[in-house]
Amino acid sequence: MFADTFYEAGTRENRLAVVVADISPAGSIQKFREDFPERFVNTGVSEQIMIGMCAGMALRGLRPFAYTIATFTLFRPFEFVRDDLCYQNLPVTVVGIGGGVTYSTLGGTHHAMEDVAVASAIPNLSIIAPCDPAETKAATLWCVEQTRGPVYLRLGKAGEPNLTEQAESWSFGKLRYLQKGDDVCIFSYGPIMKLALQVAAFCEQKGQSVSLVSTHTLKPLDREGIAEALAHHKRAIVIEECVPRGGLAGQVKEIACDERSDCRVDAFTLRDEFIHCYGSHADLLSAHGLNLEAISMKLELV
Amino acid sequence: MNMTSVEKGFDVLAAQRRCLEYRQRILAISQQVAALHVAPAFSCLEMVDLIYHGLMRVVEEGVSPRFLDSFLMSKGHGCLSQYVILEKFGILEKADLQNYCTPAGKLGAHPDYGVPGIEASTGSLGHGMGIATGMAYGDRIKGDARHVFVVLSDGELQEGSTWEAIMMAANLNLSNLIAFVDLNDFGGLARMSEGHPAFYPVLDKIRAFGWEAIEVNGHDARAMYEGLQNRSRKRPFMIVGKTVKGKGVSYMEHVPIWHYRSPNKEEYAQALAELKEVSS
Repeated sequence: MFADTFYEAGTRENRLAVVVADISPAGSIQKFREDFPERFVNTGVSEQIMIGMCAGMALRGLRPFAYTIATFTLFRPFEFVRDDLCYQNLPVTVVGIGGGVTYSTLGGTHHAMEDVAVASAIPNLSIIAPCDPAETKAATLWCVEQTRGPVYLRLGKAGEPNLTEQAESWSFGKLRYLQKGDDVCIFSYGPIMKLALQVAAFCEQKGQSVSLVSTHTLKPLDREGIAEALAHHKRAIVIEECVPRGGLAGQVKEIACDERSDCRVDAFTLRDEFIHCYGSHADLLSAHGLNLEAISMKLELV
Repeated sequence: MNMTSVEKGFDVLAAQRRCLEYRQRILAISQQVAALHVAPAFSCLEMVDLIYHGLMRVVEEGVSPRFLDSFLMSKGHGCLSQYVILEKFGILEKADLQNYCTPAGKLGAHPDYGVPGIEASTGSLGHGMGIATGMAYGDRIKGDARHVFVVLSDGELQEGSTWEAIMMAANLNLSNLIAFVDLNDFGGLARMSEGHPAFYPVLDKIRAFGWEAIEVNGHDARAMYEGLQNRSRKRPFMIVGKTVKGKGVSYMEHVPIWHYRSPNKEEYAQALAELKEVSS
């Protein structure tokens, strides 16, 4: 969906460019390369120059997207993202594909378990993590148009199901309710939203009225929206594919503390651990304690 | 792409007089504040002077001029050489330099994007070449006939990112990109030639990465200027300039401490006495 949207936007916006670091240009990115060869650059296995070139191109008024696997758009060239893009506040989109443990057979070198935490620490950097193709499309279009500064656009992999067709419209920096209830509020983002939907269904079976929220914009976080949700519900559950410190869970708890909220907050995150496990994405998440069985046991819903 | 001021000729004697004046100005600033890099500014001064006064196309608009071409001080710690030149052009004001490294001012010990005349924030080594490559590529695909000039330190050639950029600029045939390496033989700690002998020869490495390159005396404006005039204009071009760290002040030359130190009153007087007139 990212590639289709990017291609389509690229046909009408000639400032749009993509700089990849030896990632095979699948689908519509390949089409973009064929139709707009000058606006497609492959730096090879050289992530620092991928980010550096994006900065220089942005300084010349272009709208570059850096595009490769999340560990290699954010971790490998970290100081280039920080200095070249964030310190200079340039409108470059850093696309990290395979956020979290998406690449579940490739091992820890390819797992961006800390991406949201690391990215959250840098001033000026916005973070968007869409949960399905529909959100990816809306977020990508926003990234194409925006002028506020650098963005980390955290994607899963192609072929995810659409989960948000019934939801309210997508808006940068605002919580997005996929459903509204009164007892339990579940906050999640990214492809693990599939699990959040299962947890929501489980809570409903237990007689709870459930809100499900896509917290797609992790920075700037909709603190006001979260405070309102905490005020409205008795319980909040955060489900995220990120290490325990530095992601959404700690921020929701922080807001609950600041607001002196009575809402109980339970967080389910990746473990603070490199787990040497290979299998499906669901297998990896299970190894981190992220499946319906493990979560439902800990929720203590009678 | 051919009509740059490279063709308009360059008055070398006038350049020498300017550089003398710039050295005096940098030393004067050194008496206001301790935090500065005198010696690394002196080693690249003739390069930066040539770029601003001989290569960059300038448009006079209102009070201060505007450059059509770009300059990035990739070795950000050499930025005093850039500041004093920007002051000469009226792009920075005298007060900006008087307030160097103070809360009242806007100039720090490394260039900061957003300050008048500064096109990228550098200081962390190994960033300028990548940004310059992106700028030069952006100019090409937008059809803008401009040049991007960049000054690198020899220490920066120890950063892998610099070589990523050097290779990529050659892959893209960026003939609008011109780099100068300030080969002063010193990192912050010691002589490169002693600690890292495999670093040399530099020229062969640059050429092996697909650039057109020459090695000249980096204080010899005439040699650098003529080398630029004779370039093929088909590939990115690099001047590997052999320089003296602390050039112009005898007790600073080749002495590592002057990477950081400011001269005391006596040392300042001696330096000024040595910087009295153009020798050649």
